[in-house]
Amino acid sequence: MLDLLAGFVSELRNAGLPVSLTENLDAMEAVQHIPIEDREAFKYALGATLVKNNAHWRAFETVFEVYFSLRGPEYRIVEGETDVDEMWREMQEQMRQGDGRGADGGGLDGLTPEELAQLLLQALMNGDQAMMRALARQAVQRFAGMEPGRPVGGTYYLYRTLRNLDLESMLEKLMEASRVAAGELTPLEERLEHDEYNDRIEQFKKEIEAEIRRRLVADRGAEAMAKTLRKPLPEDVEFMHASRDEMVNLKKALQPLTRKLAARLARKRRHGRKGSLDFRSTVRHSLSYGGVPAEPKFKYPRPAKPELMVVADISGSVAAFARFTLMLVYAMQGQFSKVRSFVFIDGIDEVTDYFKGEEDITQAIHRVNTEADVVWVDGHSDYGHAFEVFWERYGKGIGPKTTVLLLGDARNNYHASQAWVVKEMRQRARHVYWLNPEPRSYWNTGDSIVGDYGTHTDGVYECRNLRQLEAFVDKLA
Amino acid sequence: MADRFESIDQVRDGLKRVSYLADEGIAGVVFLADRLGKPVLIEGPAGTGKTQLAKSVAESTGSRLIRLQCYEGLDESKALYEWNYKKQLLRIQADKNSDAWSDVHDDIFSDEFLLTRPLLEAITADDPVVLLIDEVDRVEVETEALLLEILSEYQVSIPELGTIVAKQIPLVFLTSNNTRELSEALKRRCLYLHVDYPDMEREKEIVITKVPGVTDNLADQIARIVRSIRQLDLKKAPSVSETIDWARTLVLLGIEHIDAQQARDTLHILLKYQSDIAKAAKELSVDK
Repeated sequence: MLDLLAGFVSELRNAGLPVSLTENLDAMEAVQHIPIEDREAFKYALGATLVKNNAHWRAFETVFEVYFSLRGPEYRIVEGETDVDEMWREMQEQMRQGDGRGADGGGLDGLTPEELAQLLLQALMNGDQAMMRALARQAVQRFAGMEPGRPVGGTYYLYRTLRNLDLESMLEKLMEASRVAAGELTPLEERLEHDEYNDRIEQFKKEIEAEIRRRLVADRGAEAMAKTLRKPLPEDVEFMHASRDEMVNLKKALQPLTRKLAARLARKRRHGRKGSLDFRSTVRHSLSYGGVPAEPKFKYPRPAKPELMVVADISGSVAAFARFTLMLVYAMQGQFSKVRSFVFIDGIDEVTDYFKGEEDITQAIHRVNTEADVVWVDGHSDYGHAFEVFWERYGKGIGPKTTVLLLGDARNNYHASQAWVVKEMRQRARHVYWLNPEPRSYWNTGDSIVGDYGTHTDGVYECRNLRQLEAFVDKLA
Repeated sequence: MADRFESIDQVRDGLKRVSYLADEGIAGVVFLADRLGKPVLIEGPAGTGKTQLAKSVAESTGSRLIRLQCYEGLDESKALYEWNYKKQLLRIQADKNSDAWSDVHDDIFSDEFLLTRPLLEAITADDPVVLLIDEVDRVEVETEALLLEILSEYQVSIPELGTIVAKQIPLVFLTSNNTRELSEALKRRCLYLHVDYPDMEREKEIVITKVPGVTDNLADQIARIVRSIRQLDLKKAPSVSETIDWARTLVLLGIEHIDAQQARDTLHILLKYQSDIAKAAKELSVDK
């Protein structure tokens, strides 16, 4: 058991969770107080002692599933090392015995696919958990085509299983059935039913995933499996390579982050350095000391809120990054005295108005992507031309209080760089920063000319993930 | 220390008696906190019953609840203890002539002149207490350090008096709305519990327990609608307390079965932003 926990903790660390020694010891102590057959309690005991950040909970859950999936209620917890071969055999045995445990006897093996689909429909409609679990097992066994030792990822099996089940049409059928059962449905009821079934289908998908994972672990062992499943934490996901799921998670992580940043900045402002000497007030107060300025008075500190100009490249490769930065900046608008934003590909357009009076930032971003006039010739990034036009049209707006943020990978498709614009900007503005979503090692390779621009800015920052973006914004205000 | 709970189920039943429905995770962590003698750090969206959990635990165990509300600028003299200045002064002036200096000096720094504040009070209490440190994320990082000694050792060091060690280990709950990252040192000393919006079944039960006069059917509908609304991309998703308020309103209005029109008319109880309300109203009545 101790070995197992040690392996578990080291895998958590590998996945990027900061687990300290004391937390490890706490976990060891905690599990002693928990009835070991109770899998849920066991999981929460480990979670409460090892995971101290909600964003990390998913990563924890994945690792937990991998390490303890074979030790669920139906499998006894085995002390000492786990014999993989034996487990695989045990599993095969179970499959042969039929998997319908707790559900309809055990006769699922002999069903035709149509009957299986019918059963699934029934189970989904009634929300029958036990039946759904049994069906998930059956589906995986039947459709996934898993063989021990086959070097393919879990997603492949998942895809195969889902393709055969055709859950999309299942949803339609379910809606149809409830429409028939209830007679006419109002739009509200329709919507609720839809959500309900969607929820159940999601649950079913999760069951399938868990089942596949369970079998893979039995096949390959926990360590190997954990490695393939390892996913970066939301704050470490790279903007440029995020999948759709990761994007959704990123968006979720962004909201609390902006709140946190705004609170931190407001606090910093209030408790910042003391103001400068208030000469008038000091002299006024010196009267009570007979003209001796015994008590110096200071001005109330009012640090200036920076004015912000965001100039973002929104061409395909860096669009996600620009979107996130714009979202972040606008979510904390209150921390800046004025925010103006411009987007470009090879032409440039001001998009400040899209954000005005729009409470929903996502909506505004959508408008930016669809309505802004950013294509000049061919729709390939041309930083030089965009900057030149920017300088001509909006350059006058830059004043000594303005901070200019340039976002992009500076991949200029071998056009002229026009770096002099950045140089001019810097002379007029308070600061000019460049944020680059590419890893530092890629800079100035190929058609990237971030170095040309970078020399004229106050700093070029690598912003590949939320963590780096957060650090930068914190510094900015 | 006597254990307050026998098993996880007992925790859950105890909480249920005082009409707090705990899920597996909550009950488990409370149980562990009792067994390990460790504080619990509760995080989660606003209005999911973080503070209520501490109150309910106190009620179910028959303990006294001592509450420290955190705010910016909280300091030692408001959280831990303070010397009663005026009384000390009076003591010195009362018999100027009789006592030797050393007597007075020892005398004015004794228990009698100590004003206990919530943290010290929780430690010195003889009866069982539950200490609730509310919204701990509001204090500055430096002030957090004040809490560390009491959270890990259950003791308070007062330079003039020495160390005061707890007579019995109180159950400690810290809540945080996550407006800033708490320090590692604080997190390390606590068990972590994230309280999220409940799933549909639990929310329905909560509505039934908390709102008298609600029918099973109505509660079910409420829970379903709230779940659908939470799935939308909103500025602020409805909290549990708002769900309960909504349920109360519907019961007061004598509504047995919610239709789209009624849902739209009462949405402002669930949602507090105009854009959210508009969005939800649009989503709920949309024809597919």
